[in-house]
Amino acid sequence: MSHGTLLVFEVTILVIAIFLGFEVISKVPTLLHTPLMSGTNAIHGIVVVGAMLVLGLGHKGPFTWVVGFLAVVLGSANVVGGFVVTDRMLEMFKSREPAKKVDASQNGKGGEGA
Amino acid sequence: MTYNVSNLLYLITIVTFILALRYLSNPAHARRGNQIGAVGMLVAIVVTWIKTGGTSWWALALGMLIGGGFGAVAARKVKMTAMPQMVALFNGVGGGAAALIALAELHRILPEAGRPQLDISTAIALSGLIGAVSFSGSMIAFAKLQELVSGRPITYHGQKIVNLALLAGLVAVAVVLVAGVQDEWLLWIIVGGAAIFGVLFVLPIGGADMPVVISLLNAFTGLAVAVGGFELENNVLIVSGMLVGASGTLLTLMMGKAMNRSIANVLFGAFGQVVAAVPGVDGAAAGGSVRSASAEDVAVMLAYAHKVVFVPGYGLAVAQAQHDVRQLADLLEAKGVEVTYAIHPVAGRMPGHMNVLLAEANVPYPQLKEMDDANPEFGRTDVAVVVGANDVVNPDARNNQGSPIYGMPILNVDDSQAVVVLKRSMNPGFAGIENPLFYNPKTVMLFGDAKESITKLIQDVKVL
Repeated sequence: MSHGTLLVFEVTILVIAIFLGFEVISKVPTLLHTPLMSGTNAIHGIVVVGAMLVLGLGHKGPFTWVVGFLAVVLGSANVVGGFVVTDRMLEMFKSREPAKKVDASQNGKGGEGA
Repeated sequence: MTYNVSNLLYLITIVTFILALRYLSNPAHARRGNQIGAVGMLVAIVVTWIKTGGTSWWALALGMLIGGGFGAVAARKVKMTAMPQMVALFNGVGGGAAALIALAELHRILPEAGRPQLDISTAIALSGLIGAVSFSGSMIAFAKLQELVSGRPITYHGQKIVNLALLAGLVAVAVVLVAGVQDEWLLWIIVGGAAIFGVLFVLPIGGADMPVVISLLNAFTGLAVAVGGFELENNVLIVSGMLVGASGTLLTLMMGKAMNRSIANVLFGAFGQVVAAVPGVDGAAAGGSVRSASAEDVAVMLAYAHKVVFVPGYGLAVAQAQHDVRQLADLLEAKGVEVTYAIHPVAGRMPGHMNVLLAEANVPYPQLKEMDDANPEFGRTDVAVVVGANDVVNPDARNNQGSPIYGMPILNVDDSQAVVVLKRSMNPGFAGIENPLFYNPKTVMLFGDAKESITKLIQDVKVL
């Protein structure tokens, strides 16, 4: 594939992604906007893939080592932190039935959550 | 692994991310969606690991261990009230990573024969610029919300001109870089200058507007990552980054709408100053008087009501009274009272924050009503209990054109038979705007710390 063809292809999926993003997000209720924000936050943690490519592929000068390593550290923090925090939040959203059951043992559990 | 095979495998990741966002449309399966997204992320990481062919695997492992370890510990420990600054922090590091990748990529391609492709150098300049703004801007947002620096807008004379000049200068340097002056120092200037711009850009914005800023910076990071995908010719970065960029933009616009302010007004308006000029109007002087009630009186009102609606604001979270409110609600329900919660879109420190805080207190989510669903219900509500909320229930937003919040959609608690406001004192709130709701004949005030008041109400309702 020539460079030009690749570029056109990349721009195409970029534009489709914009519309897809609008489409998917507009269905999220305001109830879940905070998890939405941290969830999308976790998704842009995909930047770690770019950081890994920089650090992991050949061509080693000390500059690339340092910058690539830092990028991997930052990207990994983004990925792990984003997904864990989102999971913690979504875990708490419960409908009526489980909430009643939890009531009896709730004191112990509440302490752990805080 | 060939280019085609790895891109096909990355497609799995893209699909899981779309599913993750799709599943967020319903709290019942939202968590499953997030887990699917995490699996997709793992696929991408494993594919990339194999792609690098084992060179410098130990550096990769060490970097991921350090970063991932920090992320996991911070994410586990953070309190739900501190969630906005945590999101800002994780957002910032993502933007920083994108900027670093740009620096490393330029360093790699410069010694190669011939000029870099135009689109590659444009992408490098852009992701360096946007990523660095996102990094430093998020760090300032974090510092403001964590109260490491003052949450008040920090302004000085000629601020907008300085910011604009700096941004224009950075764009000019970027154009020079793309136009063919292949010097790494230019990119360093762009990244460094953008980092300074990020600081200057967020400092003048007040703490109350930070949610909008975080949402916008989230979109910025997504955009920087998408542009980074062009540098590395990597589909998964382009699509995932742009999904976040688009969704972050949409969310930012929705928040502006919920506050009835344009995004430009939030970012450049220095709202704090506008408000400071207004609070001369004294409600008492305007002819109203305030009725205060004891906890016993309020307990009777609540216990013999048919329908009670709690209206929580950030003051509730500050007092850590979510659990107590839920206990009170349970007691009332046991007495046959119908209880719901009316949540304003900007209650809390980020959109939807209040829902998370109440969910943490085991409030079942079907009881949490969004503004559009809650407002028609106030007409058949006996008692609306306002806990730590102020501006979002201020009728001036509906009636008084002179009010700085005129036009902001509010919760119409004054449609209820009676309103109880839990408030520390008659001091005007954070924004310093007078609230005529307090002088409404339907309203009674229960003065005191929110947590203590609720605890008293629980005791009094129990003995009824």
